[in-house]
Amino acid sequence: MSDSLRSLNYLDLQQCMHCGMCLPTCPTYTETQNERNGPRGRISLMRAIADGRLDVTKTFGEEMYYCLGCLACETACPAGVQYGHLFETARAEIEHSAVLDNPKRNAIRSTLLKGLFTRPRLLRFVGRLLWLYRATGAQAVFRGLKLNRLLPEKLRGLEAQTPVAQAKFSHELIPPVMGHGRKVALLTGCVQDIVLADVNRDTAEVLAANGCEVHTPPVQPCCGSLHAHNGEPDTARLLARRMLDLINPADYDAIITNAAGCGSHLKTYDRLLANDPAYRERAEAWSAKLKDVHEWLDLIGLRKPQSPETPCKVTYHEACHLCHGQKITKQPRNVLKSIPGLELAELGESTWCCGSAGIYNITQPEMSAKLLKRKIGHIEKTGADVVAAANPGCHLQIANGLRDAGNDATVAHPMSLLARAYRAERGQG
Amino acid sequence: MNTDLRESLQREFPHLEFLHEKEDLIPYSFDGTAAHYSQAELVVFPKTTEDVSRLVRFASDRGVPIVTRGSGSGLSGGSLPIPGGLIVCLSKMDRILEVDTKNLCLRAEAGAITAQIAQAADAAGLFYPPDPGSMRISTIGGNVAENSGGLRGLKYGVTRDYVMGLEVVLASGEVLFTGSKCVKDVAGYSLRDLFIGSEGTLGIVTQVVLKLIPKPQARKTLLAIYDKMEDAAETVSAIIAAKIIPCTLEFLDAMTINSVEDYAKVGLPRDADAILLIETDGPAGAVEDEAQKMADLARQHHAREVKIAQTAEESFKLAEARRAAFSALARVAPTTILEDATVPRSELAKTVKFIQETADRYGLKVGTFGHMGDGNLHPTFLTNEKNEEEMHRVECAMKDIFDFAVGLGGTITGEHGVGVAKKPFLAKALGDLNISVMRQVKKSFDPKGILNPGKIFDL
Repeated sequence: MSDSLRSLNYLDLQQCMHCGMCLPTCPTYTETQNERNGPRGRISLMRAIADGRLDVTKTFGEEMYYCLGCLACETACPAGVQYGHLFETARAEIEHSAVLDNPKRNAIRSTLLKGLFTRPRLLRFVGRLLWLYRATGAQAVFRGLKLNRLLPEKLRGLEAQTPVAQAKFSHELIPPVMGHGRKVALLTGCVQDIVLADVNRDTAEVLAANGCEVHTPPVQPCCGSLHAHNGEPDTARLLARRMLDLINPADYDAIITNAAGCGSHLKTYDRLLANDPAYRERAEAWSAKLKDVHEWLDLIGLRKPQSPETPCKVTYHEACHLCHGQKITKQPRNVLKSIPGLELAELGESTWCCGSAGIYNITQPEMSAKLLKRKIGHIEKTGADVVAAANPGCHLQIANGLRDAGNDATVAHPMSLLARAYRAERGQG
Repeated sequence: MNTDLRESLQREFPHLEFLHEKEDLIPYSFDGTAAHYSQAELVVFPKTTEDVSRLVRFASDRGVPIVTRGSGSGLSGGSLPIPGGLIVCLSKMDRILEVDTKNLCLRAEAGAITAQIAQAADAAGLFYPPDPGSMRISTIGGNVAENSGGLRGLKYGVTRDYVMGLEVVLASGEVLFTGSKCVKDVAGYSLRDLFIGSEGTLGIVTQVVLKLIPKPQARKTLLAIYDKMEDAAETVSAIIAAKIIPCTLEFLDAMTINSVEDYAKVGLPRDADAILLIETDGPAGAVEDEAQKMADLARQHHAREVKIAQTAEESFKLAEARRAAFSALARVAPTTILEDATVPRSELAKTVKFIQETADRYGLKVGTFGHMGDGNLHPTFLTNEKNEEEMHRVECAMKDIFDFAVGLGGTITGEHGVGVAKKPFLAKALGDLNISVMRQVKKSFDPKGILNPGKIFDL
């Protein structure tokens, strides 16, 4: 992949013939109706930079961080513009040009992107602290004393969003090898590993129940998706190499991810490492074998659970990087429909971004809140007891939104619902 | 940057949103037309007709040109900005004000999205037929200004056929209402009809009253597949000659079929030379009968296969895929130059053949699709605007096609308007007298020449 707009293949920019078909699907354009906040406007700015008609300015930088990177425009685009690629290149160039630099932003970025998310053990340590924060009652004290008021106004909402870290990490819940049959490696993710480790356990159980021998290497590196989406392609490449060192695609029939945001990026390792002679071939094999878990179950033929019917109304929120990033829309619905007693109520605007978008809810809390409100409104119309979502960011964002709205519905990964049905089938429900 | 203009505007209209940074104006420097770019001084988003009226007075006093814009999806450069000028963007005046089920009409602000108008009509059990390819984003004001067509033009006509009334801000800033909710109304000149298709050069449409009709009881979609493009064209002429008027009669050539299939994956036959997408609607019995007759006619004209869509969803997907044809062709080449030549329907086979021969003669790649039932073709040249030499050949080919169409009694644009893209060809198509009358009309409506100057023709 190219790291600057000028060195990008100009044809990639010209692919956009500015017909405007993307506009009604762009969440930011729909909110503001300002062309700059829409895909074709952003591409016109990138093109102006590639042409030398515009410098990489602070305003351009801010615009590209106002974009969610939800890729709804890619789905809508008849001309086949690879917006995600342009978006990542633009953000890389913005970071390289340092137009957005300020001490606070630099500190946050270097702590999070370069510090925390490149060091799985440190990240887990922070996860442990988060767990302690809650388990020891410190969170209750903080909230009871309303210490929140000491935080800057923009950040006050964030403490309430502090994810509930789980007591155990994925490898403590999943044996290193589980089940028999097709040999697959299960990626546990980083955020998912800390906050939603049971989703990983459920995924492993589902795979084992569908004739797979599931290998779950402990302490896996972050996949680099956050870095690639946030203008740090070098770190993204570094993490991709580490991942390829840990898991050799040649050893497996498939490599499985259950997090949409990771999967969408993991599938592009071939492009990311195309210019790296040492890793290129392995990256190509990797991309070919990388499957989202819903996609994989559909390929090998999902075994319908024979559990007794437990009535439950579920609606399905489509994570952007599953439906737009990977074009996976039917498979998760088929998973849900296979569960006895489960009624699937279609969600209005199911493919509309919930505002989580990686770290967007931290960097753009206002727009994020608007999108969350829109999402919760649609969820409430379904009257569902459970919102199924297959991405940790969406999971946490929607759970927060439901809580704030006083809605009792819970959020669950489709794999968790399926695993529960298999357990009920075995009489362990 | 003219800071005086900006400051006085902001002083005068403190409640309105303005855009003036370079990063704001570049995204407004084009519409849906390829290879035409220019930058305005300012973009302003009025909220009410009153705002528009005051903005026009302001611009008129200072001689600042105004380009009215909706969603910027036009295909002839009608809303292309004018350097030093103002873009009055109506996209935020987008309310649907009234669905009048007693008089079968709907009133909306100019910035309302066409698809949303169609949905509002549908929700009331009614039907707004005009469905331009860009209907999911195009504004009704833009449709009126360009007199947009769509896939259903053959049976239901174009935007003009559904406009009952218009609220228009004149170049003086006065607000005119022309037309009414009456089915019949012959009081005086139909100024309404003069504004429709005037591309923002005579006034700024701020509100529209649209005619709605009852929803057809049934519909059926056919897909006829051909190994020879001319056979498809002959089928269309035969259907018309058999006195059948289907709702939609669309043509796609091999290049277009493959581009659309790459995008939409609806199962179009990639090896066909051409397909016809046919839709008939109306009372269930008549639909059945027409579908049968058209399928027979297609087979008589050597259709390899005639498929009937089994579900409403399948029909909808085929129509949506067709709507994406123009943009999908952009997969093939960096720049797509879209034409809009229209001929009498008896001349279709000849025209399709001529287009292909012309492209071959100039060594160009062309994808042709269009509303064949209307005689309205969209030959689309697949080129690269950075290649000056090839762009010149495209211009030559375009000119030949226009000459050919006009020679057959056709026209240079069936539904996209003239804007800037077809301006050079207008005089040839219409003759000097037509242009001279149009100039007189323009001068009497806009004596200072501030409304979208330089579009359609020069003064």
